[in-house]
Amino acid sequence: MSVVVGEKIGAAAVQQGPRRHCLDLDDYSAEEIEHVLNTAEAMQEILARPVKKAPGLRGKMVVNCFYESSTRTRVSFEVAAKNLSADVVNFSAGGSSVEKGESLIDTAKTLVALGANVIIIRHSMAGAPHVVARNTGAAVINAGDGRHAHPSQALLDLYTMRARIGRLSGLKVAIVGDALHSRVARSNVHGLTRMGAEVILCGPATLLPVKLQLPGMRFEHDLDAIIGEVDVVMPLRIQKERAEGGLIPSLREYRQRWGLTAARMARMRPDALIMHPGPMNPGVEIDPEVAVAPQSVIESQVTNGVAIRMALLYLLAGVAM
Amino acid sequence: MIVTNLRNRKDLRIGAGSETLDGRGLVAVPGFVDLHCHLRQPGYEHKESIATGTRAAAAGGFTTVCCMPNTDPAIDTVGTLQYVLDVAQREAAVRVLPIAAITRGRAGKELTDMAELAAAGAVAFSDDGSPVASSAIMRHALEYASSFDRVIVDHCEDSGLTRDAAMHEGLVSERLGLPGWPAAAEDIMVARDVALAEATGARVHIAHLSTAGSVEVVRSAKRRGVRVTAEVTPHHLTLTDECVERGAYDANCKVNPPLRTAAEIEALVQGLLDGTIDAIATDHAPHALVDKAVEFEQAAFGISNIETAFGQVMSLVHAGRLPFDLVIEKLTAGPCSVFGLSLPDDDWVLVDPDAEWTVDVERFQSRGRNTPLHGTIMRGRVMLTVCRGEVVHDALKEPALA
Repeated sequence: MSVVVGEKIGAAAVQQGPRRHCLDLDDYSAEEIEHVLNTAEAMQEILARPVKKAPGLRGKMVVNCFYESSTRTRVSFEVAAKNLSADVVNFSAGGSSVEKGESLIDTAKTLVALGANVIIIRHSMAGAPHVVARNTGAAVINAGDGRHAHPSQALLDLYTMRARIGRLSGLKVAIVGDALHSRVARSNVHGLTRMGAEVILCGPATLLPVKLQLPGMRFEHDLDAIIGEVDVVMPLRIQKERAEGGLIPSLREYRQRWGLTAARMARMRPDALIMHPGPMNPGVEIDPEVAVAPQSVIESQVTNGVAIRMALLYLLAGVAM
Repeated sequence: MIVTNLRNRKDLRIGAGSETLDGRGLVAVPGFVDLHCHLRQPGYEHKESIATGTRAAAAGGFTTVCCMPNTDPAIDTVGTLQYVLDVAQREAAVRVLPIAAITRGRAGKELTDMAELAAAGAVAFSDDGSPVASSAIMRHALEYASSFDRVIVDHCEDSGLTRDAAMHEGLVSERLGLPGWPAAAEDIMVARDVALAEATGARVHIAHLSTAGSVEVVRSAKRRGVRVTAEVTPHHLTLTDECVERGAYDANCKVNPPLRTAAEIEALVQGLLDGTIDAIATDHAPHALVDKAVEFEQAAFGISNIETAFGQVMSLVHAGRLPFDLVIEKLTAGPCSVFGLSLPDDDWVLVDPDAEWTVDVERFQSRGRNTPLHGTIMRGRVMLTVCRGEVVHDALKEPALA
């Protein structure tokens, strides 16, 4: 039988030989993260050229396999792959055989049979990329799985911080809000702590992964207690369902206690950065004027995302340029 | 046949034949009794059948299995119960004692015709797979079943706390980003059931205990004289939530209740040692590959483990944490006393406590190959199973698997 359920893969397996997948940052060493960031810098140079084209993935087929809606991540991966001369196929669960009940493994095998060399997958369930990775020969990039991981987002966040501040080691980063349900928060915790930064997850206890214990990470309920001492503040999107599900009483109270308001921004260190993984709820977790303030690097995050994704694609599946 | 040179007794006569068998190195014990397994028939024959499930039971040393009613249709009428008994009569390798549903369709609303079902052969009642959410229905079930001396078996889970939950809530679930299943979801329902048993004087049996909290609830209830009994599975005694991470979202580690932590295992072991837990029951839950070869959160719950149960619990014996005799008692006399059964005197198992073998799902009798133990080396093996005087499983001629 060709379907594999329990074979070890990713962080659970000892990485042997060159890396084949990017499933999370927890199995990346500091050196490897550094290498991705440096490669992204080189990609940034390509992006500065009048003709943004390099041959690194010529002849390779990259499939964007999105089971959840996405704007920036999907387009960013598509642009990155096209910049490297890959053939890009976009696939979304709606309007496909998935609607006829095809399983994830069968879908992935079909994509590989059609020639996919790289599968970029976004899925609402944690571990879905691992299932694809162990059942196909393709390189797999996790573009977000449930609340588990979003490694390319964390890498572009690291890249943006390093580019603006000049270092990652010793930085104090506050990730504010619904870290419990956030794959961005989890991957940032792994990436930042691996690089020697300190991460503070800040929010009400109902929205924090309180059982998570990792060196370099701590919890804080009072945003006002830390707002003046951090180098980076990253509010997370708060979903309206959280209030309906009883995890917070109201969006109004949430904004009062944990929203990045103009008043709170005024108490931040002048050189501190404001980041947001998007999409934003202006007026809830972040005030509209804060999002466009000079300290905000939210747009750079999006731009840097292309360079990071080019780096990831090139390192996993590229041929020497 | 006459078995000689056994480790724990001189000779054992099995059945009518007069051929002899050298039992050197083997221990003869009564056939194991499983209070809790899923044979999947009727309705889910692609996962298991009464024939395959009982052959698997025989391979695991079980000569009596109590099968759960979460079939399709559920075993909630005398007709379906009779069907299971008829198929078992024709096809089963070992004794089958069906457990009937507490409520119609296991929907938690109306009681089944329990007295009739009991008279037709239901050994106990359970909505296993689902808890009886309503305390009022549970109270009525306990009281009603007590009028004809049957036990209610509850699957203790506060579903409000386990919505979308996929694995034990703890460090590992947070690392993996999987929705967590708090231990409190079990503790709360065990405490409720104990309170209802205490209030009504009726008997309740707690299925698959998995938390330190519920062990403590049952322990103190027993001390007060509440009529409560409890079982634990081999996997909750030996595997932890770290399996899910080691296997990188291995759906074969997904089970209800979920695999917990080393601390919970210690509490369960203590519960066996001090008599809080009465029985080791497999909760053998076979599934087809398609039920498991999906995203972890979509995968079915359950482990196919009736063939590995003895090897699993023997690991605790070899680690010096449980005495061999106690393990055997929890597989034989213990479960019998829970359901008021007597041990048949023509059911025997010859085990080799030291034989090493490798778990190979390709050699399972069960249709369910869903186990995280494939490839594991076990020490302690069922060598011969005799049910009603007949050999139903014989591994004596098989080479040790390596």
